[in-house]
Amino acid sequence: MARTSSTSHPPNPSPSGSPRFLLIAAILAGLVVLGTGAFLALSSRDTARGVAGTALSNAIGGPFQLVDQNGKTVTDADLKGKWSLIYFGYTHCPDACPTALNDISIALSDLGPKRDAVRPVFITVDPERDTPETLKAYVASFDAPILALTGSAEEVAKAAKGYRVYYAKHPEAGGDYSMDHSSVIYVMDPEGRFTASFTHESAPEQISERLKKLIG
Amino acid sequence: MSIKLIALAASLAIASAALAQPTQLEVNNAWAGATPGKAENGAAYLTIQSPTADRLVSVSSPVAKKAELHSMSMQGAVMKMRPIDGLDVPAGQPVALKPGGEHIMLMGLNQQLHEGQSFPLTLDFEKAGPRTVTVTVEKAGAKGPGPAAAHH
Repeated sequence: MARTSSTSHPPNPSPSGSPRFLLIAAILAGLVVLGTGAFLALSSRDTARGVAGTALSNAIGGPFQLVDQNGKTVTDADLKGKWSLIYFGYTHCPDACPTALNDISIALSDLGPKRDAVRPVFITVDPERDTPETLKAYVASFDAPILALTGSAEEVAKAAKGYRVYYAKHPEAGGDYSMDHSSVIYVMDPEGRFTASFTHESAPEQISERLKKLIG
Repeated sequence: MSIKLIALAASLAIASAALAQPTQLEVNNAWAGATPGKAENGAAYLTIQSPTADRLVSVSSPVAKKAELHSMSMQGAVMKMRPIDGLDVPAGQPVALKPGGEHIMLMGLNQQLHEGQSFPLTLDFEKAGPRTVTVTVEKAGAKGPGPAAAHH
């Protein structure tokens, strides 16, 4: 699978009421409706700073309060000070989620000493089954040190909404279920601002190259 | 090069291509990703090739309570997995199950799948009947089989 880096760089901010502002407002409204798929379609331009400082940097992310794999409370404020690679998934996912976390691990090992500036974060969209203990055993299997987060259904929903992550339970025969979910790796800067994103099409080398440029 | 020689080379090429075609249904390159921690589900991938049209109708393995054929699709950035009833194997055309596409979902694993291990997997075909293959376990999140899987 070839992966591609995707970031957006909308036009310079202009006063509200101007056609440009309305255009951006319309785009943002579209994001909320269509979710990350639409967002990623709009995101094609690549700049050294990603989308930091633009309207889009505020459109993704937001406050959350969750619990990590050791039972410790973690909020969005705790992620500041380092770059974060945030991926929403679930441990019963046999394909997309291990692939994303392994790609992140490979990308981080490519960063050399800069890897300490980046914190991978795995947020479950399946809090019903993903307890802190389940998450602890799960992320320990990957080479990178991953912060794994869960919470109540409401807390997870709030975090996912902030990141424009779509997820839905899909019941299967025998009472089992899978989760449909947005499969996107978000790059947040040390201030907690959305900077870039990667999809299942981005190769680990593309992720590490992009991170090297961003971290500087 | 004379015409005769070219013709000979061409016929040899055709003959070796024909040899590469299996005379019966074959399942190759069976592998699975290691499962992280206590993950209850895993996925196995492989390649099926048959000289005659067939259909994979069911799968089973002693490592899991249940094994199902699943499709995975990306709709925009949204990943969806769905069980499928069966998988058609067209005559002479290899069908590859691979990450990001169709896979064999191992549900309710009886054991963690560790890199380097192997386990049996039985595939039931409409015409060719049951085939048991050895699945090699690769790294969690791997995108393809390692050299070991290719020998099975």
